[in-house]
Amino acid sequence: MSNNFITVDGIQVPLEGEKNLLEVIRKSGIELPTFCYHSNLSVYGACRMCICEVEGRGLLPTCSTPPEPGMSIKVNTEKTIKIRKTALELLLSVHNGNCQTCTMSTNCRLQELAENLGVDGFRFPNTKPVVPVDESSFSLVRDPNKCILCGDCVRMCKEIQGIGVLDFVGRGSTVRVAPAFNKDLMDVECVYCGQCSTCCPTGALTVKSDVQNVFDAIHDPSKTVIVHVAPAVRASVGEAFGEENSEMALNKAIAAMRRIGFDKVYDTCFTADLTTVEEATEFLTRVEKGGVLPQFTSCCPAWVKFCEQFYPEFIPNLSTCKSPMGMFGALARNYLPKELGVENKDLVVVTVMPCTAKKFEVNRPEMTTDGFKDNDYVLTTQELVKMIKMTGVNFKALAPESCDMPFGFKSGAGVIYGTTGGVAEAVLRMATHAGSPDAATKSVEFKEVRGFEGVKELVLPYKDTFVKLAVVNGLANTRALLEKIKSGEADYNIVEVMSCPGGCVGGAGQLLPNDMDTRFKRMKEIYNNDSSQVVHNAEDNPYIKELYANYLGEVNGHMAHKLLHTTYDKREKLTGKVCK
Amino acid sequence: MSIGKITSVQDLNNIKAKVTAALKAERVRLLLCCGNGCAASGADDVYKAFEEKLAAKGVDFKVEVFDEKSVALSSTGCQGLCQYGPLLHVVFGDKTYFYVKVTPDDVDEIIDTTVKDEKIVERLLFKDPKTGKAYVTKNEIPFYANQKPNLMTGCGVIDSRSLEEYIGQDGYQGIAKILGTDRKDVCKEVLDSGLRGRGGGGFPTGRKWMFTEMAKGEKKYVVCNGDEGDPGAFMDGAVMEGYAHALLEGMIIAGYAVGADEGYIYVRAEYPRAIKSLRRAIAQCEECGLLGKNIMGSDFNFEIHIKEGAGAFVCGEETALIHSIEGQRGMPSPKPPFPANSGLWGKPTLINNVETYANVPNIIRNGAAWFRSYGTETSPGTKTFSVTGEVVNTGLIEIPMGTTIKKVVYDIGGGTRNAGKEFKAVQIGGPSGACLTKDHLDVQLDYDALKKVGAMVGSGGLVVLDESTCMVKVARFFMGFTQSESCGKCVLCREGTKRMLEILDKILAGEGELKDLDVLEDLALTVRDGSLCGLGKTAPNPVLSTLKYFRDEYVAHIVDKKCPAGQCDTFKTYSIDPEKCKGCGMCAKKCPVNAISGEVKSPYTIDASKCIKCGACADTCKFGAVKF
Repeated sequence: MSNNFITVDGIQVPLEGEKNLLEVIRKSGIELPTFCYHSNLSVYGACRMCICEVEGRGLLPTCSTPPEPGMSIKVNTEKTIKIRKTALELLLSVHNGNCQTCTMSTNCRLQELAENLGVDGFRFPNTKPVVPVDESSFSLVRDPNKCILCGDCVRMCKEIQGIGVLDFVGRGSTVRVAPAFNKDLMDVECVYCGQCSTCCPTGALTVKSDVQNVFDAIHDPSKTVIVHVAPAVRASVGEAFGEENSEMALNKAIAAMRRIGFDKVYDTCFTADLTTVEEATEFLTRVEKGGVLPQFTSCCPAWVKFCEQFYPEFIPNLSTCKSPMGMFGALARNYLPKELGVENKDLVVVTVMPCTAKKFEVNRPEMTTDGFKDNDYVLTTQELVKMIKMTGVNFKALAPESCDMPFGFKSGAGVIYGTTGGVAEAVLRMATHAGSPDAATKSVEFKEVRGFEGVKELVLPYKDTFVKLAVVNGLANTRALLEKIKSGEADYNIVEVMSCPGGCVGGAGQLLPNDMDTRFKRMKEIYNNDSSQVVHNAEDNPYIKELYANYLGEVNGHMAHKLLHTTYDKREKLTGKVCK
Repeated sequence: MSIGKITSVQDLNNIKAKVTAALKAERVRLLLCCGNGCAASGADDVYKAFEEKLAAKGVDFKVEVFDEKSVALSSTGCQGLCQYGPLLHVVFGDKTYFYVKVTPDDVDEIIDTTVKDEKIVERLLFKDPKTGKAYVTKNEIPFYANQKPNLMTGCGVIDSRSLEEYIGQDGYQGIAKILGTDRKDVCKEVLDSGLRGRGGGGFPTGRKWMFTEMAKGEKKYVVCNGDEGDPGAFMDGAVMEGYAHALLEGMIIAGYAVGADEGYIYVRAEYPRAIKSLRRAIAQCEECGLLGKNIMGSDFNFEIHIKEGAGAFVCGEETALIHSIEGQRGMPSPKPPFPANSGLWGKPTLINNVETYANVPNIIRNGAAWFRSYGTETSPGTKTFSVTGEVVNTGLIEIPMGTTIKKVVYDIGGGTRNAGKEFKAVQIGGPSGACLTKDHLDVQLDYDALKKVGAMVGSGGLVVLDESTCMVKVARFFMGFTQSESCGKCVLCREGTKRMLEILDKILAGEGELKDLDVLEDLALTVRDGSLCGLGKTAPNPVLSTLKYFRDEYVAHIVDKKCPAGQCDTFKTYSIDPEKCKGCGMCAKKCPVNAISGEVKSPYTIDASKCIKCGACADTCKFGAVKF
């Protein structure tokens, strides 16, 4: 046997390129707890939970110690257990422990570890002054009273999203995580992607709930409440009920939503198809007529705000297409009242999204029709599951149902909007296979733009030249790419941007845990779902054709522009407010 | 007068010869200490008075060493006996006088009597407060006689503003000596000297240099930790102010030895005098080619920048300091990686403190063996300490490592200063250090001996405490300090020190329970074992050492509800001695809460339930009738 192993509690564990002792220990079969260790973030070493005794070197945090062959580690000793338990007791001593009513109850890492490590009482009284909860934004609630200062959100925002809205302030026991000058989230550069909340181990950063607003609308007899469901939601909602197949999960969720009281249930994938048609046409027009290139996708509201705020020089590059949600809302306000026989004042448009930034997007002033918000409320996947649980609907026992028509039919190209590379692939399918006889039914796959790599590139022949495409996910990756474009180091014709690592499958509204492994499973399920669809090309969605023929007229035409396209505004850095 | 570019040893020797000749030609040199302590006592005004009055009295004097005048006015760095500042050391060739507590009003007399007539102004001499004996020269004073100043020699003797005078003391010969030699040999010389980190940890300096020298990388940095933040510590500040060139020379040697071409000095912004002095010294070096490209005509390049810190104690921790230079929040990172491999901007970085670098020129010039001739086997060399607290002589001292605490407290410090109050403890090493007792008076001040008794050299703060000091309060003071200076990164330090502080407050408020001591000790040990950086790991030391050596004081606070030192207000009760009370009623009039009542001409009484222990009655009573 080679010497390339370390000994964990007397067991020899081979080294296979692990970055740190913690990974080796976990591989050996011990679920060593941590708060501040995330494999995709930098090593922080603050929670002290992973401290072990290393022979000859004493007590060391295993997250930050590289493994060396021959090391001998003891995971559970009197001292290490004491340190972990004391650290937990100390965290609990300054934690707002109203667990019963906390959004994160049963999902809270602090709660879980306190139980697992046998913390059975409070040795220290909580003397920490209570501070106000920040509920200013449409998307997130920041409750510093629940923060354990693990810094995960700080590093997520800085390292993965390249922004740095949150940081540590103060010293000693008064240290807190806060935006600059302790401002509210509504008044800073936050793009509301909510990735901070996906790694928060407690209820300090959570999704702002619209559940009660939606229930109020449902319970108002004068209102017709419709709902449309985003592509990525189907890949996550089943996780709460053990349903792995995304189509089945969606169909059961449709049934559940009807039981909850929604009057109509539609699919946002339908308007994703509409977006593909409009956006691909816009792109080809830009290419043909020498418009501003590269064209950036505009479906992701966090990216749009990021661009308006940090790279206003690229605003002309943003596709003028509204997001699928935005397009749906506009259609709902303009087309559905007649179809459903209701007035807009009595029509409540709800949407279920994987995303917290969508809650911001629906409140943009551009997203209105005749003074009505195109979409009234955004529910996240988390909130949909909450509503199902609140109403006692037995998800598992439900018979699957399908969406209402005409906005309930989608192509596979609409479904793949739920993951990074999906929008690009949908456009590519349309651009390369338009008019080909089997395009509608044959699933054409562009593997080059699939997967979680930060930046993916593809060069395709187009007429007598080439189209260069890039797909980027994560805003730090996006920032780096934009800098390359600015400096001339990189040159593309079209760029798909998704703010969240992995795209919408990893949106902050998705169920927890929302780590990269979970996102990867969801991505695979999105592509499986695509394969199971009858139509794979947006343009070939018969209901899309019908909508143009009967209502919208020409693609990119006058009516389409009025309903489906939008404008953007330069925003101030630091405050994130629209420049006057 | 410019000294031109220095490109060889010969240039240095020429300057030295000129300085020696110039000094010899002087009749009298006035060495006025303008170190921080003396400046606080008005040294700058004294300096100004000398300038004005020498001129007014027609005494032709000089400031620049090369001026051809016979009277020299010199502003030196710290001369040590800060308590008696401003200090004036007057040198006539071999004859010297030493004046203390000099004020601008004394300047006329000093000029007339001493400068002109070379006679002593008796009233300005240092007088031993216990024996009353007056000392004419500096080195006769026991405070100085018992020291061994290798580093501070230069500090109090040359004009801190003069590069020439530093060169006159063989300054920058160290660089001349190493240029062109194998840089590994330089590291080896430092290793052989046994020099250990003077910032507290005591890690062998040479080994740090070797690690950084061996680290792969085109770009390397040399960083100086001048973030001296311990309450009561001012050694590094003194070196930066008074002997900046020794620090620069040490850093330049280090840069050569490890292969770095850029250095940073991290100084807290609360040291404006140090910053000014460093900036001046750097500019002087740049002008004559001791810093910059092709130093002394060699192919070695080195530049030094100053980074002003905002004064966070935690920035004394090397990784936090590095983050602070980078413009990040000063928070420590786990080690590994060590700065030697990945430090400033991810590059290999050598980081030492001020005193460590300042010792290097002497080691290079005189050799490792010379350095080892001072101190002990495992802690060679001399070390500066700042002696403060309830001791007769407070100030900056330099002693060989291994000197006993007793020698410092009694021979140098002159013993306790409050009449009738015996020595009780000495707090060594600041907030990271420990309190040692009478039983430890024979303990040697070196890294290993102190570690054995649960203390540490730290950066060298030494606070003498007498019987009037409550040890629980001492522990509380330091815990309050570390808690408010904790960066808040790791749980144990951030919250653990806060909980300890709360327990100490509870005990001091008279609400302690015996079981609190168990929790306190348990918490202290866990914070020590589990914290991320040195600040957290050592923060419990003041608590642990007082619990170990003064547990009875804690118990007295808890069980007897008494403060044995009589320092804690909570446990004071005021009463009026009926024998002494004349019934004048003054105390009742002064009492802000109407707790005192009585009839005129008969003894008054205090209602303890109303009394807020402000002490106004005791201050008012002319008959000493109020007791507590």
